[in-house]
Amino acid sequence: MENGENANGSATGADFLRAENVVKRFGAVSVLKGVDMHVKKGEVLGLIGDNGAGKSTLLKTITGFHRPDGGRILIEGQEVNLRSVSQARSLGIQTVYQDLALVNELSVFHNMFLNGELTVGPFLNNRRMKEKTARYLEDMGVRIPSIDTEVARLSGGQRQAIAVARAVYSDAKMLLLDEPLAAMGAKEGALILDLIQRLKEERGIPMILIVHNYAQVFDVCDRVNLLRNGRIEYDKPVAETSVEELTELVVAEYRKARQGNPGDGR
Amino acid sequence: MSETTAQKTPEAAAQEPGFGGRLLAVLVRVREVSVLIVAVGLVLYFQAANPAFLSESNILSLARFAVPYVVIASALCLLLICGELDLSVGQSFAFAPIVMYLAYDKFFLVLPLAVLVGLLAVALVGLVNGLITVYLGVSSLITTLGMFFLLAGLNVILTGGFPATTPDTNTLTQILGEYPWAGAIWALVIVAVLQLILSRTRWGLHTYATGGNPLGSREAGVGVARIKIGNFIMCAVLGGFVGIIESFRINSIDPLSGGPDIVLLCIASAVIGGTALLGGIGTVTGAFLGALVLVILRNGFTLQGIDSDTFNVVLGVAILVAMILNVYIARLRGSGRV
Repeated sequence: MENGENANGSATGADFLRAENVVKRFGAVSVLKGVDMHVKKGEVLGLIGDNGAGKSTLLKTITGFHRPDGGRILIEGQEVNLRSVSQARSLGIQTVYQDLALVNELSVFHNMFLNGELTVGPFLNNRRMKEKTARYLEDMGVRIPSIDTEVARLSGGQRQAIAVARAVYSDAKMLLLDEPLAAMGAKEGALILDLIQRLKEERGIPMILIVHNYAQVFDVCDRVNLLRNGRIEYDKPVAETSVEELTELVVAEYRKARQGNPGDGR
Repeated sequence: MSETTAQKTPEAAAQEPGFGGRLLAVLVRVREVSVLIVAVGLVLYFQAANPAFLSESNILSLARFAVPYVVIASALCLLLICGELDLSVGQSFAFAPIVMYLAYDKFFLVLPLAVLVGLLAVALVGLVNGLITVYLGVSSLITTLGMFFLLAGLNVILTGGFPATTPDTNTLTQILGEYPWAGAIWALVIVAVLQLILSRTRWGLHTYATGGNPLGSREAGVGVARIKIGNFIMCAVLGGFVGIIESFRINSIDPLSGGPDIVLLCIASAVIGGTALLGGIGTVTGAFLGALVLVILRNGFTLQGIDSDTFNVVLGVAILVAMILNVYIARLRGSGRV
């Protein structure tokens, strides 16, 4: 756990985010049964786990979308009681959801500033939003046909890039990415990985990435956590593990279940 | 669209919309333009058929007749765009003047206060519609269907089933509908303000976002519940307000004026004007033009002595054509996604 430093040594000792014994129930179902997790400043944490393990629920609890039923969340050492997504955002926690939270019917620049619109008095300042959107996308090396285009007309990679850009440029101190490479071609996936790499190197923004393809963990992450049975059951720096080990972890659980030996209950 | 398709630098993109954006903008605008063309075409046809159509008296009666439809269609438009529906707005149209009348006649409030009480009553109706829909998860179709019957019954009970006469003429009653052009002026102002809200404010943008992607908007921190409830209240209040205007115009408060006709015609107006029933798409201008087309059609048919059944047939066809067009445009938008 102490070995979470990345190649640049930008990860410092202090935790940006710390979750202690976080519990989340939906009715009678406990999805999170006591999650302990931490992310250091400048660190990229890969979160893996089987389908339905509660990875998205954990992310949504950290962002104020769900309210935890127990445990506590600390940001930069301060305990926070997140009541809404807006509140988490004001603390600098920005999320890129699996569905990207983009509105197809709106233009690129309106999506870019969704719920953070620039205004003049009561009215939208479309000109400034367009200028800024163009600058942000250029900064991040994202190319799209036009910022006036409706988001519906963009490719998966372009949509993802816009969602990431939106998160980064709303004063993000920490980024949470839910399967940023899902449903994406190899070329577009490389674009996003490159984007994440640059955000890490140039801005030192701590990140939590939910990933399905373990090989991708090794491309950008400093440390990997496995969420299983509602807890973090495995926590290692990527330098000390391998794709084989991670695959084995998940497959072993599957084998145990198949042999009618469900271990500590699924 | 792959990364290798024609790309502009972001700076260039900031200055001029891309081809796709222009095409789509034209498509959306064409929708309003095409409804406008239909409206103008109808005017020309009816004028040719009967020179009395564009007489001053007929224009005035057409304008006065159009007021409730224009206002309610525009107000419904915002609610439809955020993904909800209000079937009870016609009953709010009847309910507000009744409450106003009772406050004035039975509780001896001064007229301005009585009007305010009437509007507060329908605001409450909108609030209840919104709360039940948003927090109890009942589809707004059902919530407002229930509210429709509830108010229909209440309207008759409160008046004993008989129309009442509006308070005596004074400056306020003139402004609120007795002056011949008062209603038309109110309607135009309301349409302009609603369109401004929809296209130029955060409220409008969030209304589109809420209807276009409710979950995504919530994830982005948009106050989806607030937007929906707010639009429910706005719709009911404007429906009630135009009900008050209408009652002063005809100097009568009719408990039966809120029947299903008015709300269905207003939904039809919005749909013909390009509003998507599932939310995310539409403009107030479109709904306004849609309402005008229906009113012109009805008025023209009346002048020609064509019965209301024929009007219904034409209306039915118009709705079907408009819906097919909506689906077609949605498919065009969708094709950009693949």
